[in-house]
Amino acid sequence: MSGDVAVVGTGMHPWGKWGKNFVGYGLTAAREALAEAGLSWRDVQYVAGADTIRNGYPGFIAGATFAQALGWSGARVSSSYAACASGAQAIANARAQILAGLADVALVVGADAAPKGFFAPVGGDRPDDPDWLRFRLLGATNPLYFALAARRRMALYGSTPEDFALVKVKNARHGAANPNARYRKETTVAEVLESPVVASPLHLMDICATSDGGAALVLTSVEFARSRGLARPVRIAGLSTVTPTFPKTVIDLPDFATDAAMTVPEPARPFRAALAYAAYEEAGIGPSDVSVAEVYDLSTALELDWMEDIGLCAPGEAESLLRAGETTIGGRIPVNPSGGLASFGEAVPAQAIAQICELTRQLRHRSGPRQVPSPNTAIAVNQGLFGHGSATLLTH
Amino acid sequence: MGRKPAVDGWFSVDPAALVGTRCGDCGTPYFPRNEIACRNPGCAGPKDGSELAPYTFSTRGRIWSYADSRYKPPPPYVSPEPFRPYVVAAVELDVEKIVVLGQVVPGVGVDDLAVGQEVELTVGTLYTEGDDDHLVWMWRPVA
Repeated sequence: MSGDVAVVGTGMHPWGKWGKNFVGYGLTAAREALAEAGLSWRDVQYVAGADTIRNGYPGFIAGATFAQALGWSGARVSSSYAACASGAQAIANARAQILAGLADVALVVGADAAPKGFFAPVGGDRPDDPDWLRFRLLGATNPLYFALAARRRMALYGSTPEDFALVKVKNARHGAANPNARYRKETTVAEVLESPVVASPLHLMDICATSDGGAALVLTSVEFARSRGLARPVRIAGLSTVTPTFPKTVIDLPDFATDAAMTVPEPARPFRAALAYAAYEEAGIGPSDVSVAEVYDLSTALELDWMEDIGLCAPGEAESLLRAGETTIGGRIPVNPSGGLASFGEAVPAQAIAQICELTRQLRHRSGPRQVPSPNTAIAVNQGLFGHGSATLLTH
Repeated sequence: MGRKPAVDGWFSVDPAALVGTRCGDCGTPYFPRNEIACRNPGCAGPKDGSELAPYTFSTRGRIWSYADSRYKPPPPYVSPEPFRPYVVAAVELDVEKIVVLGQVVPGVGVDDLAVGQEVELTVGTLYTEGDDDHLVWMWRPVA
């Protein structure tokens, strides 16, 4: 299809708490992606950086920071910030350049060095900034918002803390076999439930950590990939970064309130579902075509919400798929074969790129012990603050 | 000992109520207050802020969800020492069909709450600094 771009290279710096500069993580990932693509840095015509806001000015202009570190080459550049969807927006920018015929070869890079503990707002007194005010006036940390969503799920569908723990157990098993994951240890439901409650009903082991890490992709036009002997490259068939539709009636961090649904009816699809279905429509495929998914499990409970949002099952049915082992590698629809955020911790600007690295490798049958049997269509979804999110469909 | 709001213009103390704005053209209310332009894309108003007037919200709703915080958040949250866990509820107001977060009054724990439970708005002390109690809106179960 002429609307496709090829993913010809993937690269990752392992996730962890390494205490080094984020630029180095990005370079490691970029070099690995270029090597896998069989291309050199000088072949890259467009660099798309995903920004980090916690590493000073170089983080705000990540595209240029990585381009300089790789050696100024005259490539065109962009830097994207879209909270947790920054990596997806960088991919979207590179894809658009290729589809517009402005570039044949693009490099996408995101990397982060994360602080310890709770994500705090950027420093200083900023009483006009809702992200500052939610900490000040409510003490509404990120885990607190995750806990609100989890409790809502329990009330609607009868989910239990044991179900949430089972998500962690499944993802930990996947991540244990992933050399790029930060946490590579299997766990048990009992261990999750014995971990301290951070924000009821969620335990420490239900909530993703923050990590250092870096990920990169080399994207090309399908014609360019063919000219390099890649007859059947993995392709991006659809990529959505749609905003919510008014009135947005599901509360997300860092909101104090939803929109009021007093004057305008709620949209047919809430935000996360709208993200996925915009990508499905762009690619001309549907949820039943999907053979593997990477979803943004900021908490264990959110993985279950995502499964329903992207149409893998009807609302309220995610737990039964999970319990039946259908979302495990080898099951009917494996979810988070990488181990997910549960095994990685979030390296914000790198995470959406890492999802595509994982799925590309799955579609190429290069995932070793974590290989999903015979996948041909994959979806990655993520959500960030302030109405950002993404859904990406890959086909092979 | 003084009592002053922890944020200006977001709520009234007596009577306790959330204060936002409302579009005079399409009727959509906003909390926190929106003074820039009505955000309803279907609204035909001027959208230069002139359509938005102060609006006092209804004070009763039902719990959409709730959670607590067992660890001290980072600044700018001002925490008592030692840290005291607190509960936050997301409450859907019956009239405006808006879900608003707020801390739940001290002394009420997650085991005392349920999704769908009726609550009402009140005002309580968020933190004390020097001689001043800094106030914020809070949710309280309806007796």
